[in-house]
Amino acid sequence: MPILNNRLTAEQYEQNFSDIHPPFESREAALVEANRCLFCYDAPCTKRCPTSINIPKFIKQITTDNVKGSAYTIFDANIMGGGCSKVCPVEKLCEGSCVYNLLEEPPIPIAKLQRYSTEKAIAHKWPLFQRKPETGRKVAIVGAGPAGLSCAHVLSREGVDVTIYEKEAKGGGLMTYGIAAYKVTPEFCEDEVNFITSLGGIDIKYGQELGKDVSLADLQANYDAVYLGIGVGVARQLDIPGEDLAGVEDAIRFIYDIREKGYPSIPVGDKVAVIGLGMTAIDAATQAKRLGAKEVTIVYRRTQAEMPSTEVELNLAKLDGCNIIWLASPKEILGENGQVTQLICNVMELGVPDASGRRSPVETGETITLNVDMVIKAAGQVPYEALVSSNQLNHWSGKIAIDSNCATNIPAVFAGGDCVNGGKEVVDAVQAGKDGARAILNFIKSE
Amino acid sequence: MADLRANFLGIKSPNPFWLASAPPTDKQYNVLRAFEAGWGGVVWKTLGSQVKNVSSRYSSIDYGGTKMMGFNNIELISDRPLDINLREIAECVRLFPDRAMIVSLMADNTREKWHELIAQVEDTGAHGLELNFGCPHGMTERGMGAAVGQDPEIAKMVVEWVMEKATLPVITKLTPNVHSVVPTGRAAVEGGTNALSLINTIQSVTGVDLDTFVPNPYVAGKSVYGGYCGPAVKPIALKMLTTIAQDPVTAPLPISGIGGVSTWKDAVEFMLLGASNVQVCTAVMKHGFRIVEDMCDGMNNWMDEKGFKTLDDFIGKSVPTITHWEDLDINYHIVANINQDKCIHCGLCYIACEDTSHQSINLTFGNPYNTYSIKEDECVGCNLCKLVCPVDSCITMVEQRKGDEYLNWKEFQRRGLPLNDH
Ligand SMILES: Cc1cc2nc3c(=O)[nH]c(=O)nc-3n(C[C@H](O)[C@H](O)[C@H](O)COP(=O)(O)OP(=O)(O)OC[C@H]3O[C@@H](n4cnc5c(N)ncnc54)[C@H](O)[C@@H]3O)c2cc1C
Ligand SMILES: Cc1cc2nc3c(=O)[nH]c(=O)nc-3n(C[C@H](O)[C@H](O)[C@H](O)COP(=O)(O)O)c2cc1C
Ligand code: SF4
Ligand code: SF4
Ligand code: SF4
Repeated sequence: MPILNNRLTAEQYEQNFSDIHPPFESREAALVEANRCLFCYDAPCTKRCPTSINIPKFIKQITTDNVKGSAYTIFDANIMGGGCSKVCPVEKLCEGSCVYNLLEEPPIPIAKLQRYSTEKAIAHKWPLFQRKPETGRKVAIVGAGPAGLSCAHVLSREGVDVTIYEKEAKGGGLMTYGIAAYKVTPEFCEDEVNFITSLGGIDIKYGQELGKDVSLADLQANYDAVYLGIGVGVARQLDIPGEDLAGVEDAIRFIYDIREKGYPSIPVGDKVAVIGLGMTAIDAATQAKRLGAKEVTIVYRRTQAEMPSTEVELNLAKLDGCNIIWLASPKEILGENGQVTQLICNVMELGVPDASGRRSPVETGETITLNVDMVIKAAGQVPYEALVSSNQLNHWSGKIAIDSNCATNIPAVFAGGDCVNGGKEVVDAVQAGKDGARAILNFIKSE
Repeated sequence: MADLRANFLGIKSPNPFWLASAPPTDKQYNVLRAFEAGWGGVVWKTLGSQVKNVSSRYSSIDYGGTKMMGFNNIELISDRPLDINLREIAECVRLFPDRAMIVSLMADNTREKWHELIAQVEDTGAHGLELNFGCPHGMTERGMGAAVGQDPEIAKMVVEWVMEKATLPVITKLTPNVHSVVPTGRAAVEGGTNALSLINTIQSVTGVDLDTFVPNPYVAGKSVYGGYCGPAVKPIALKMLTTIAQDPVTAPLPISGIGGVSTWKDAVEFMLLGASNVQVCTAVMKHGFRIVEDMCDGMNNWMDEKGFKTLDDFIGKSVPTITHWEDLDINYHIVANINQDKCIHCGLCYIACEDTSHQSINLTFGNPYNTYSIKEDECVGCNLCKLVCPVDSCITMVEQRKGDEYLNWKEFQRRGLPLNDH
């Protein structure tokens, strides 16, 4: 049972990784949907968008062919509105609360309309924003992910000069390195970063890692304020025997490689087990399948009622032919000649509700054995605890602690995004960046 | 099965749906297709001295994603040779003897020319004549079309010329480009016309091209006012129709209703307000002749539901309900009510009432759905919220009379009752 790369033809790869949410084919098609929007007052869709995009307004602008105005409305609230339109789990955000749901009618395809405007803006490089006069203030941001870029954009618009320190060679953070390839392309991510920085006043220094190439103390000394948007990094270990066998992979690493190295060079097994049932697990499972794995099984220790992924995402995996085993918790990985051969799982059942009312899985004593040649771990990610604690930042198991002003315990150091919340969506990180920028602007003014 | 057969001035047609005088009735090819599709009759595209058309000729108004809500043209009367038209009319009458064939006319402005044209047309075997006093472009410069329709004296004179000669029933088609259609309508009656039809198109500018800066339709960098028609003009047409149906001089004549008729419902409305049949142009220019199937079918089903056996059972039925403002019952009062089970929390009623009416709707914030309810004491019963609500019968207007008896404005004033008490 081999782990192989180059399993498919170039056309097959192309097809398997093409856009799963294709854009509108034409202006007319967009207008039909845009004209369905009721232009709700105090619209529920806007309230459910973490960045509070004025959705009825931007859709109304599409109906009047004011695409530029519509793009401005979106980007003004969410500078990654282009990327978000492709990656947001809209069924639980904006579209999930569209009033059409209450009429048992399909909601307005808000994300698709958002994409209609923003893609044009990015493709035509519309200069939608202008910087205010220079304030002479400088802010350092660590991490060029959604949180860092969003923070940088707001600050630069206000005339603050921003320098971003990014350890990777490209910007975009997990948008560029983590999100499934059938949602966004690397080219789009690059265009998006360029679109954001085209405002001016934002300098990204690549290959600069906090804790290695730069220190927090340096940044504090050289800038008026520092914003940490370093995200979460490493995959959670399972802490079970056999985890070091060849064929056991970390989902983030696996996805990163797909984005970085090209589909044909990524090896997958014939029989793959994916552990966990969050967005990362779904992305890993579906992409393993799309790379040519014969059988992909998702193993989750709770039931569907508790799964972190949405129904829409789960269906994505199901449609790709992935199996799901509920109430199974990995116990041990077995191998031969250093290679994975089997995954043994404890069969679980839901116990009595705990104080929070949640029923935790408990072992039944039975086990099941899966014959596999590859195991992908997607049981959550772990924050950069060592980096955070070595800089004397207060934290909750590595998640940086901030107050209501986005400030950490260290003077003039602010933080937001995944490194604070432990990992949510891109759109939450963008909002965190905006909040951070507002807090920094207040801080600079009051200094 | 209701009986849809129509009898207009003795001219019989299997249903009350005629095609108005326009491009769809311009030649044998179209008219035969229309008859095959089931149209009850046609008014042949206006004949007169031959003219030359320009291009482009049409423009339109799109609204809220719907195309051609309003349509506009700068076309003239028939630009085909008269003898070909006459030959084709005769052929159509021969092939479909059960359908109504009316021929629209606009002769040069002399008694002789009118007489000559009438004689030629009557030879075709057509069933009636329609006088085009409405064409608002091209012809007016020569003292024809709307120039006639806008001057009751001239209109009366031309009708008299026609009546001297015509042996077929004569319908006079009125222009809406006047303060009131009644004076010309009365003049036509005095001139002896047998029936009236209305409306022709309304002078308009549909819009300006934002790239060329030239209004539509575009003719080599210039434009002119065009005639407006289609769904957008229906309310105006209905109003004009009603004034003709209520005027003691014009009311006794049969009226053919025109202007924005697109569905059986529109047709029923025209007929309830006094039209004996309807004519259609823009709707077929948009969808083709096939729409007549649903028009017949829909009217039939409606008549069955209401228990109407023939068209005469409902023609004109709504005319008496249009009265004068002074005669409305001031004691009638309604207030809005929101059905919370149906409400989808879009807030459209709230913002309309809050910004533009009487601040009669409560908003209770929620996440993400707000709750809206009516402040009954503030509600003036204007109906706006109900009109903007996107959900059928979610907002209803509940009757809460101010007093039992009927009280109109004149009586209100006479009694010196207080103003602005609600
Ligand atoms: C597999 C996967 C799939 C996902 N799919 C979706 C999805 O479909 N839709 C969605 O909305 N969200 C998705 N997410 C979540 C989303 O990607 C994140 O919530 C979002 O990117 C967080 O933004 P951030 O800026 O806080 O962190 P990140 O995007 O992680 O950015 C952090 C940046 O900081 C840099 N950095 C880290 N440490 C240092 C350091 N010491 N020095 C310098 N730079 C540093 C990193 O290289 C990175 O560029 C997914 C996440 C994963 C892991
Ligand atoms: C392109 C076009 C040409 C027309 N030509 C004539 C005409 O020659 N004679 C006439 O009496 N009315 C003419 N009309 C007016 C129509 O007969 C009709 O009165 C008007 O369009 C309103 O009806 P509608 O809303 O159904 O289109 C024309 C209308 C259009 C759109
Ligand atoms: S950013 Fe995401 S949640 Fe917000 S409106 Fe756009 S697609 Fe919806
Ligand atoms: S809830 Fe739906 S209909 Fe209402 S504004 Fe938002 S997208 Fe439009
Ligand atoms: S307009 Fe209708 S659906 Fe919308 S909030 Fe008001 S009552 Fe509810």
